[in-house]
Amino acid sequence: MSIWVGENAKVLIQGITGNQGRFHGAKMVEYGTEIVGGVTPRKGGSTVTLHNLDLPVYDTMNEAIIATEAEVSVIYVPPPYAAGAIKEAAKSFHDVRGEGLIVCITEGIPILDMIDVVSDLEKYPNIRLIGPNCPGIITPGAEGGSKIGIMPGHIHQKGRIGIVSKSGTLTYEAVAQTTGIGEGQTTCVGIGGDPIQGTGFIDCLEAFEKDPETEAIVMIGEIGGTAEEEAAEWIKANGTKPVVGFVAGATAPPGKRMGHAGAIISGGKGTADEKIKAFESAGIHVANDPSVIGEVLKIALIEAGLREG
Amino acid sequence: MFRDAGVPVLDGLHCKSVEEAIDAYRKLGGDVVAVKSQIHAGGRGKGTLLDPKTREVVMEGGVKIAFTEDEVRDYSDRILGNVLITKQTGESGKLVSNLYVESGCDIVHEHYLAMLVDRDSNSLLVMASREGGMDIEEVAETNPDSIHRITSSGKSGFDRDSCVDLGNRLGLIGPALEKFTGMVSKLGALFIESDCSMIEINPLVETSDQEIIALDAKVSFDENASFRHPEWDGLRDYGEEEEIELRAKKTGLSYVKLDGDIGCMVNGAGLAMATMDVIKLYGGEPANFLDVGGGADENQVTTAFSIILEDPNVKGILVNIFGGIMRCDIIAKGVISAVSKLGLERPLVVRLAGTNVEEGKAILSKSGLNIHPADSLADGANKIVKLVKGGA
Repeated sequence: MSIWVGENAKVLIQGITGNQGRFHGAKMVEYGTEIVGGVTPRKGGSTVTLHNLDLPVYDTMNEAIIATEAEVSVIYVPPPYAAGAIKEAAKSFHDVRGEGLIVCITEGIPILDMIDVVSDLEKYPNIRLIGPNCPGIITPGAEGGSKIGIMPGHIHQKGRIGIVSKSGTLTYEAVAQTTGIGEGQTTCVGIGGDPIQGTGFIDCLEAFEKDPETEAIVMIGEIGGTAEEEAAEWIKANGTKPVVGFVAGATAPPGKRMGHAGAIISGGKGTADEKIKAFESAGIHVANDPSVIGEVLKIALIEAGLREG
Repeated sequence: MFRDAGVPVLDGLHCKSVEEAIDAYRKLGGDVVAVKSQIHAGGRGKGTLLDPKTREVVMEGGVKIAFTEDEVRDYSDRILGNVLITKQTGESGKLVSNLYVESGCDIVHEHYLAMLVDRDSNSLLVMASREGGMDIEEVAETNPDSIHRITSSGKSGFDRDSCVDLGNRLGLIGPALEKFTGMVSKLGALFIESDCSMIEINPLVETSDQEIIALDAKVSFDENASFRHPEWDGLRDYGEEEEIELRAKKTGLSYVKLDGDIGCMVNGAGLAMATMDVIKLYGGEPANFLDVGGGADENQVTTAFSIILEDPNVKGILVNIFGGIMRCDIIAKGVISAVSKLGLERPLVVRLAGTNVEEGKAILSKSGLNIHPADSLADGANKIVKLVKGGA
């Protein structure tokens, strides 16, 4: 089991003919992701070869979903067109299948475009958006698996830990450390560092909580906003599985954007301290140093009786 | 901008010298004016002006009301060329090279109003308070109930009813309420049209003839939308923005200068923040935040290095790369090429992990350069802190 994407999910690439789409498309095929085709307006009917696999290109998402029965779309479209691509995918999945998952990797989408997208998505209750500005989602398989995004596939292994994070490379750090202590992952979700996003921490926590194969959760946050505090409240009220948490940005100065659009302490709000306090009060095992996420996880598993000392 | 959008403002003129300020005073009718320091930070009225060399206090307050030409001369002379420190500038403050001279008005009450994107409700939010002229952060702490809020639905702006409701809560009636309602809706349109991320009007004043006027405002734009706003280039004040941060941005790097002495170069914003945190955890102080991004090439790594080395406070460098899309061998080559171009007199610790890590490590060790390898982030931070402290 896993959340939102199975090992054999059928995936379309929006922006399949662009540099990013081709590069990461090939990496996804190589990992074992079942890529079934792609969409680039006005290039329908052509073929793209990714890692020796010939894939059909369609003009519209509607055609592509009907032809391939895809369940997921991953978007590598440049910022000016990304919001349109998300809306097209949402409407098409809704019209053709009544459900679908959209993973938007694109960084740099204007915030007002995202407000527009998120209010548009309210019309489609069974459509989920992950991102934008995120590494994507991966469900490692016994062999291969489904990697939908830009993360390095080889550090993952199938297992029982669910990982959710705002940051890309910091997720890899956490993944490598869980693998390092002999644990694997059910699903890893990068929710992205933008202030307006499709899927938040709580969505992921709910899904991991429901997933019988996920036995523990690693949650990685960063400064800015109050999503971590809300997630901690949710865990306090609903969580039954052990959670390990880390928050990046304890040394970030106020008022400065730290790379991610959403990573900013404004008006004294959104500090790492507040978030860590919220984590601790919810019984989350906090790692103060990202190098010890694996060790803290080990202790949390032992405490919960899920692992031998 | 406000004037074009139909948001009422007072007449005023931008000035770069004392002479221009006096000229502006005359043009505005020679009555009462406000002389305002122009920097990209709020809290100017309550700021302090310092001499940039001696750091001696020149004047309290970066916004002054002048009733005579002599006062205009005196205030603008004390503002221009000096450094203004406010609650939002940090300790170093900002050099003031521009003034705004604005005609006075008969103020009955000063309000506060800010429009911003609310990340929790995925909508636009207006925050307003009767406690204008003050620092909103202070108001939020001491009197949070005095701050009133309305949100828009999606990005369609604010409907009349909620604007009226907000005006009522601010105690506005009659023509002032009418004008306030019109202003908020125009401001909403401006916000969307211009891809703002925040508009802060402080104070928003109510005058004796029941006008509502934006007396002072701070507007931030959403950088992500710059592709559809070529006109922003004209608004940019390059002298003021940190020149290095700008150069980094042009190379596709994200750089923020800090006050410490350990430079760091990392891939990914989250890991870059975490690297700073761990340096601090091991007793050091980070000199910067630097994210080289997901797919940096040799050239970007070289630029990143030269930016770090330009900071005279940097006594050592920690490179922390978790190769995903980015391959460790590319980083290793970039580090070597940067070091051979720029020289390496300061200790350098490199931690590589992820894609092609073995090749990367081999390239570094074969180079014969004095690079200290590290196995984990903690190991790297520990090593660089010891090297910097030992060498100081």
